[in-house]
Amino acid sequence: MNLTSFLQDKRLTIALRGEIDHHSAKDIMRVVGNKIDLYLPRLCVLDFKDVSFMDSSGIAVVITAVRRMREISGKVVLRNIPDQPRKVLKASGIEKIAEIEERSPVYEM
Amino acid sequence: MKCENYMELEFPSKSANEAFARSAVACFAAQLDPTLDELGDIKTAVSEAVTNCIVHAYRDTIGVVTLKCRILPDDVLDITVKDKGCGIEDVEAARKPMFTTGGEERSGMGFTIMESFMTQLKVVSSPGRGTTVHMKRKIVRRGGKA
Repeated sequence: MNLTSFLQDKRLTIALRGEIDHHSAKDIMRVVGNKIDLYLPRLCVLDFKDVSFMDSSGIAVVITAVRRMREISGKVVLRNIPDQPRKVLKASGIEKIAEIEERSPVYEM
Repeated sequence: MKCENYMELEFPSKSANEAFARSAVACFAAQLDPTLDELGDIKTAVSEAVTNCIVHAYRDTIGVVTLKCRILPDDVLDITVKDKGCGIEDVEAARKPMFTTGGEERSGMGFTIMESFMTQLKVVSSPGRGTTVHMKRKIVRRGGKA
């Protein structure tokens, strides 16, 4: 699994993509964990723009990222969540542990 | 109850079949002309039910998962996911949010999501013999449909 990511000012943005289910989640968790360990960011942004489907396995992906980021006193933000993944995330009450960005910014400076 | 159409699938509990199962149900449900939102809910619920078979029912082995879909009168989609795996000791506890025996990789939200995304959820299980999940979802008929 190859996930695009970029780092700017200690903000690590990881673009998730495709279908996140139990089959794909293990790999995604490992890659996200490795990237956090490598860059030690203050903020980890998970971008869901290209996620076409997600079940509760995606919740575990977010929880893993939150756990890792807490260890280094950082935070997780969820961005550009399409309707289907959003419904799953909301059903789990994920906003209690990770910030959901309500609107996608038009320009990212 | 009169069934207007049905399909039945059988596949081994391999995680690659999760995507296959939910897509197959979505294709079958398409004849009811569901909205994208309804389709998303159905796919999510099927994905959860099938994942449970793979992760829990047949934990360290591969077994058979049977998936049945029926279209009942009044545009109700009826889905049954059945396994002959380990079964659930306490179904009531398993249905509670955050309950999981799957460790850190699982969120424990499977049944909660099936329950909130479908109109009806029934779980029948006997330890050592298997689990059957029955789900129903009413598809709202939209204007313009013949």
